[in-house]
Amino acid sequence: MPTEKEARRQKKFFGGISLTPHKNTAELQTVVMPSPQTVTVLMKQGQNALCAPCVKQGDAVFVGTKIGDNEELACPPVYSSVSGTVAGISLYTLPSGETVDAVIIESDGQMTPEQALAPVTVESAEDLIKAVRDAGLDVCLPATEGIDTLIVNAADGEPYVTSAYRRCIENAEEIVEGTLLIKKILGIKNALICVENDKQRVIDLLGRVITDKCDADNSIGLVRLGTKYPQTAEKLLIFASTGKKIPAGKDLTCVGCVCLNVTSVLELYKYVTTGMPTVSVTVTVDGNAVVTPKNVIVPIGTAIADVIEFCGGYKASVRKIICGGPMTGTAVPSDSAPILKQYNAVLAFDRKQTEKHVEADCIRCGRCASSCPMGLRPFEIEAALKKGKVKKLSALYTEYCIECGCCSYSCPSKRRLVEMMRMAKAELKSGREE
Amino acid sequence: MENLNVSPAPHLTYEDTSKSIVSDVIIALIPLAVAGCLTFGWYSALVIATCVLTCVVLEFAWCKLMKMKSTIGDLSAVLTGLLLALSLPPKLPLWIAAIGGAVAIVVFKLLLGKIGFNIVNAVIAARIVLSVVFKNAMHTWTAPAGGMGKYVSSAASGEIDILAGATPLSETALEGGYYNSYKSLFMGQVPGCIGETFSLLIIIGFLYLLLRRVITPVIPVSMVGTVALLSFVFGQNPVYMMLSGGLMLAAVFIATDYKTRPIGALGQLIFGIGCGAITFVIRRFTPLPEGVAIAILVMNLLVPLINQITLPKPFGLQRAKRDEKA
Repeated sequence: MPTEKEARRQKKFFGGISLTPHKNTAELQTVVMPSPQTVTVLMKQGQNALCAPCVKQGDAVFVGTKIGDNEELACPPVYSSVSGTVAGISLYTLPSGETVDAVIIESDGQMTPEQALAPVTVESAEDLIKAVRDAGLDVCLPATEGIDTLIVNAADGEPYVTSAYRRCIENAEEIVEGTLLIKKILGIKNALICVENDKQRVIDLLGRVITDKCDADNSIGLVRLGTKYPQTAEKLLIFASTGKKIPAGKDLTCVGCVCLNVTSVLELYKYVTTGMPTVSVTVTVDGNAVVTPKNVIVPIGTAIADVIEFCGGYKASVRKIICGGPMTGTAVPSDSAPILKQYNAVLAFDRKQTEKHVEADCIRCGRCASSCPMGLRPFEIEAALKKGKVKKLSALYTEYCIECGCCSYSCPSKRRLVEMMRMAKAELKSGREE
Repeated sequence: MENLNVSPAPHLTYEDTSKSIVSDVIIALIPLAVAGCLTFGWYSALVIATCVLTCVVLEFAWCKLMKMKSTIGDLSAVLTGLLLALSLPPKLPLWIAAIGGAVAIVVFKLLLGKIGFNIVNAVIAARIVLSVVFKNAMHTWTAPAGGMGKYVSSAASGEIDILAGATPLSETALEGGYYNSYKSLFMGQVPGCIGETFSLLIIIGFLYLLLRRVITPVIPVSMVGTVALLSFVFGQNPVYMMLSGGLMLAAVFIATDYKTRPIGALGQLIFGIGCGAITFVIRRFTPLPEGVAIAILVMNLLVPLINQITLPKPFGLQRAKRDEKA
């Protein structure tokens, strides 16, 4: 098989940690959640995007109707995820403390798609960049100069999460087609799909599809990744697949790479072929407080409580709900919080799993340093931060931190090192500006 | 469902705690303590108990006095006391053992930086202080109660089972025939400190700590290896040099102490080689006792320097430099 030949040996990185996978939902078919009664679609979905609502109370909307937009290229519009009427526009406070507009839509339960949606023809790089934005994806495709590698991340880096795995199993053809499309339009020489080496089923399946769809000149490589966390961090993903290292403060394009995850590729492909933008997300619902863990396709804006209700409800008294994986996800204060576009999992845990650990003094065991994939010494950075030595922070390469969480995870004194690293980075930044 | 727990990511932590790490070291030391008591008599148990009690009580009192939260729960005071006792002579008067514990905890652990920021290893420093102040008591050795007893009686003429000398490593002791058998060195049948003679148990403890990932093999192997290599080069018996004195105990349990060893494998290699080299130089070329202790003390003081020069380059740094030049 040609793909097998191309499967490169992954480059191992220093540090990292091995986590118990807990992939309980890996072999369960993804199910589509029926329309909830109401959805709360926030005008801020991704990292940067902040939109203004373009509908008003009482408007009729359909699945895929644009409900929020703005002027900037990097911030994609927001679409309605159900059909029904706009019940109102209110303010919503994010866990970060930021207050954003939210469009509340009462569903009619029909999930009628917007009539105006039609397939999009993409012929040039500009078309594709516009299509990415119109699809509601906040990935930034660079304007092609010097890009030679397209990397598609098909790995679920964190425990519990299996949504990317399920999408690979269920949508393998679309993933390959979408990758070929982007590669062709942007004129990128190499395309690589990265999968962890313990997912033999995905490797076999994608390998077969690639053999079917590609010819010798226009092929896609498969990269087998290790399972060490944080293998899926962009910098380490690029190192594993191309051997290139990205310095701090530089973006991926400086080594000629573009990085997309399978979800983005799939949503883009769906938009180009059907005209339907991103209105739903595949999330893994798991954790020891959920009755029947499964992968669910959820309309954006559905309350977490509704999603968990669909998965059989809570098993025990829930103490923590994490949106995203357990290493980098956000804990939400209430289960009325809506599902956002960037989520790949909703994990609910009971008291036993969420015990707060008492912080003890640093014993200088050095485990944070030996687990840091960037080769930093978090405990020294923490000490320098507490003494207010900004120069020392810079000498300790604080700005290289990727906030993967390995240091906090491995600390036997349970110190909150990632938070300290974030503060140190902020301190360094403000110190530089002065 | 409101009022959920909203701590920041990551939401997982590794199962080890500071306490479990200290407990592992104590577990690895217990066989040595028991073997020491069996070999040298039950008075040694009193020495161990005195040291441990002094350390715990004084740390507790200190925390109360300073109006701090008591830190004895992390067991590190127990470990300090136990390690100190194991590196003391078996028949040491109890009041000297108590002073040793007090010096280790109050002066070297609590006054010179709290947990995590010690300049020198408290056990090593306390032992050196004792050996300077109580020179005779610290260098009076007991023969093992087992099979080696008869050698002692013959060497020390009569029923006295106490040997006086700078250290049992001295040339006379060697000629006296205590070290003819590797087996007796290996099985703790030689005079020495309570916990330092039973090399087999030290190796078992070492393997246990490796298995539990409490320590990495770098420091013990490089330290003992350096001593063996230099012994070989200078025409000494490497096996005898490795197994005798406090080298093994110190290399496995004291030189690897988190607070006073460098971070990272390269720094630890430098540290281990340094400890081994200084130990050998003191043993071979000076009349001083306490070769191992002085070596570790000196290298402890160099740890900040070693840490600084072995600071690793972060992922992706080299490319950044090249870009700047271009």
